[in-house]
Amino acid sequence: MVATSPLAPAAPAAPVVLPAPVIHEDAHAIEQRWYGWEWLATVDHKKIGIMYLLTGFAFFLLGGFEALLLRTQLIRPLNTFLQPDIFNQMFTMHATTMIFLAIMPINVGLGNYIVPLMVGAADMAYPRLNAFSYWLFLFGGIFLNLSFISGGAPNTGWFGYAPLTEPGLGGNSGVDYWNLGLQLLGVASIAGAVNFIVTILKLRAPGLTFNRLPLFGWMTLITSFLVIFSFPSITVALILLMFDRQFGTHFYLPSGGGDPLLWQHLFWFFGHPEVYILILPAMGIVSEVLPVFSRKPIFGYSFIAYSGVAIGFLSFTVWAHHMFATGLGDFANGAFATGSFLIGVPTGVKIFNWIGTMWGGSLRFKTAMLFAVGFIAMFIIGGISGVSLASPPVDFQQTDTYYVVAHIHYVLFGGAIMGIFSGMYYWWPKMFGRFLDEGLGRVHFWLTMVGFNLAFFPMHWLGTEGMPRRIYTYFPDMGWNFWNMASSVGAYILGISVMVLVGNMIYSYSRPRDEMADNPWDAATLEWATTSPPPAHNFDAVPVVYSRYPLWEDRHPVEGGQPAVIATAAPHTSIDERSHPADTQVAVGEGETNAHLATDATDHGEHDAGHAFHLPAPTIFPMILAFGLLLIAFALLFSPPILKVTFLITGVIYFVVAIYGWVKQISE
Amino acid sequence: MAVVTHSPDAMSERAPTGLESLDVRKLGMWAFLGSECVFFGSLLSMYFVNRPLMFSPALEAAHLTPKTILNIPFTGALAFILLCSSLTMVLALNAMQQSRRRAGSFWLLATAFLGMLFLGGQAIEFMEIAHEGITLQNSVFGQSFLLLTGFHGTHVFVGIIWLISCIPRALRGGFHAGNYIGPEICGLYWHFVDVVWVVIFTIIYLI
Repeated sequence: MVATSPLAPAAPAAPVVLPAPVIHEDAHAIEQRWYGWEWLATVDHKKIGIMYLLTGFAFFLLGGFEALLLRTQLIRPLNTFLQPDIFNQMFTMHATTMIFLAIMPINVGLGNYIVPLMVGAADMAYPRLNAFSYWLFLFGGIFLNLSFISGGAPNTGWFGYAPLTEPGLGGNSGVDYWNLGLQLLGVASIAGAVNFIVTILKLRAPGLTFNRLPLFGWMTLITSFLVIFSFPSITVALILLMFDRQFGTHFYLPSGGGDPLLWQHLFWFFGHPEVYILILPAMGIVSEVLPVFSRKPIFGYSFIAYSGVAIGFLSFTVWAHHMFATGLGDFANGAFATGSFLIGVPTGVKIFNWIGTMWGGSLRFKTAMLFAVGFIAMFIIGGISGVSLASPPVDFQQTDTYYVVAHIHYVLFGGAIMGIFSGMYYWWPKMFGRFLDEGLGRVHFWLTMVGFNLAFFPMHWLGTEGMPRRIYTYFPDMGWNFWNMASSVGAYILGISVMVLVGNMIYSYSRPRDEMADNPWDAATLEWATTSPPPAHNFDAVPVVYSRYPLWEDRHPVEGGQPAVIATAAPHTSIDERSHPADTQVAVGEGETNAHLATDATDHGEHDAGHAFHLPAPTIFPMILAFGLLLIAFALLFSPPILKVTFLITGVIYFVVAIYGWVKQISE
Repeated sequence: MAVVTHSPDAMSERAPTGLESLDVRKLGMWAFLGSECVFFGSLLSMYFVNRPLMFSPALEAAHLTPKTILNIPFTGALAFILLCSSLTMVLALNAMQQSRRRAGSFWLLATAFLGMLFLGGQAIEFMEIAHEGITLQNSVFGQSFLLLTGFHGTHVFVGIIWLISCIPRALRGGFHAGNYIGPEICGLYWHFVDVVWVVIFTIIYLI
C-alpha cells in the first residue's frame, strides 16, 4: 500500500475507502442500556453527557415545582399557602437550583455530548476528569437539597448577602449546605471548564482551524474561560463566609471590622460572568440551528464569534451594576454603567446576524427552529429591559422590584432555556437515534410562549409600579392583584408545557430506533458525519475538514479539498467496546493506523509531543474522589467534633484511595 | 506507522509551533493555574481592602500593626528558600530530561525539603503572631493574614505531597528523556505557587 499522508492537500480525489473497524457483535441489535454498572464507571463523554442532561433536567423539574409553589403563594394578596420563611427558602432554592443544578449542567451536558463530535475528536481531553465533574455535580446537588430535611433549605437568597448569612442574623442552618454545596459545584465546574478548553484547543480534527470551528464550539470555549476566571471569586467569598460562620472571623461583619460590601463585590465579580456562562451556550445552539433550518450558512460568522469574545471580556467589567444602590459613588456607578451599556452592543450584533441568517433562507419551521426564533424574540425583550437597568438613575427605581425579575426570566428562560429546548429537539436524533415528536413539539412551543409571556411580561409593570422582589405577600389595595394572578396562571401553563415535553421525551424513547436519523436535518457540522447515536469511538476515521460546513461541501465545493464525509456505513459497535481496548483501532487513509485513537492507556511520552489521544478504560475512581470530597463537605458542615472528625477521616481516606488509583491507572 | 497529530496544521507537515506544540496535559495545568490566579487574586484583594484597618491609630499606639508584628528579615529568608526550591525543581527536571535518575530524584527531594522548611518557617511565624495575642477571631490583620498565607501554605503542602510521590517513580527510572511530563507539570504548579508567594510577600511585607 502506498503510504501517502492522508493529510497532504491533493487534487480532489474520490473519498478514501476505509477498512471497517473491528467490532465484536452485530450492533444493530444492541440497544443502549439505561441501567448497569458501566454507567457508574463510564468515562465516555456521550454517556456522561446524557447523565448530565438527565440529572440537570430532573433538577429543572424540581426548580420549576419550587417556582409553582412561589406563584401559588402570590396568586392573591395576603395568601397563606406558604409560611414566610418557607417562601424565602423556596425562592432561594428555585434560583440556586435553576442556575447551578439545571441550566449549567444541561449546558455542560449538551457540550459534553456534542463538542467532541463537533471537533472530530474521539472524546474529551480528560475523560476521567469529565466523569469526576459529573459525579461531583450530582453529589453537590444532593448535598444542597439535603438541607430540606435537615433544618430547612437556605433562606437567604441565591446571592446570599452578608450579613444576613452571618450566624444569628436571620439565615438558617441551610446556609451552610448552600455554602458547601456551591463550593463542591464550583470545583466540578472548574474541572469541566479545563476539560472543554483543552479539548477545543487541542483535539480538533485536521483542517479544523478556529475560523472553521462551529459557533457552539466557540461559545463553549468562551464560557469555559469565563468559568475558570469567575468561579474562584465566589469560592473565596464562600470560604470567607464559612470562616465567619464556623471559625469566628469577621470578614463581613462590621462589628468586627468587616464589610458586607466585600461579599457583594466578590460575589458579583463571579455573578455577572455567571449569567453569561448561562446564556452563551444557548447562543451557540441557536447559531447552529438557524443555518440548518434556513438552509444557508450563518450570516456574519466572524462577527458572532468575536462578539462572543467581546461579551466574555466585558462581562468582567460590569459586576457592580448589581450594586448601583449600595452607595459606591458617582464615578464608580458611571464606570460600571458605561461597561453595562457597552456590553449590549456585541449582543445586538449577534441578533442582527441571526436575523440576517434567516433572511432570504429557505425556512423550515421544525420545533428546534421554532424555539430558536422564539429565543431571538424573547432575548430581545430581555435585553431591552437590561439596557434600562444599566442606567443607575433608572436602576434606582427598578432594582429589587419585579422589573428585575421580569428581565432575568426573559433572558434566562426566554433565552437560555428556550435555546436549550431548541438544542434538545435538534440533537435528540443524534443522541438517541429517534425523533422527538414534531406535533407534540409544536404544542410544547406554543404553550411555552403563551405561558411564559403571561407569567413574566406583567412583571415589568408590577415592578415599575413598585412591587418589591422576595416578598411573600402583598396588600390588596396596592393595585397588583390582577397581574399577579395572571402571572401565576401563566406559570401553571408553563408547568403544563413542560409536562408536554416530558411526555414527548418518554413517547419518543418508547418508539423503536429510526434508521433514517443519521443526519435527518441535512445539517453541516461534523457531529452529523457519524451514526446516530455515534459508536463508542465516535468516528470510524478521523475526519479532515476544509470548510465551516463540512457536510455541505458537495453543494459548496471547496478548492483543493475532498468531501469531508467519510463513509459511515459501519454499524454501531458494542457499548462494551471501550472496556475492551485492543479492539478499537481506527484507520485513517490507506493502510495507516491512527495510533492515537487506539484505546490502550499507555503513556506514549514525549516523542509524540502529547498529541496522541488515548481513550481510558472505564474506572470508578473519579466517582470515589467526588464522594471523598462530599464526605469532607459533611465534615465541615456538622458541628459536633466527633462527627467532624469521622467524616473528615473517612473523606480523606476515599480521597487518597481515589487519587492513588487514578494516578496508578494513568501511569500503567 | 505514522502518528497522526490532531492539529489543524498537520497538513503542512512542518514542525509544530505555538498552540500545536503545547502538550495536552500541560495545557490543562495552565488552564487550572488561570483559575488559581483569580483565587489568589480574590484573597489578595480581600487583604488589600482590609489593609487600612490594620493601621488604625489605636493599633499603631499598641504596636500591633503588620509593620511591627511581622519579621521581614525572617520572612525574607523564607521567600529566598522558596525561590531556591524553584531552582532545585528546574535542576530536577533537567536531570530527568537527561535520564539521570539519581540526580533527578535527589533534586526532587531537595525541592520537597526546601518546601518543608518554608512551611516550618510559616508555622513559626504563625506562632509568633499568636504570641502577640492576635487570632483569627479578634483581629482584622489576623484573619486576613492567616487566610491568605494559610491558603498559600496549603497549596505548598499539596505541592510537597506531589513532589514526594514522584520520587519513587523517579528512583525506578520512570522519568527519562522520553517521558518527563509528570514532573514537568508538577514543576509548573510549584513555580506558580512560588510566584504567588512573591506577590503575597510584596503586598503583605513590603508595601
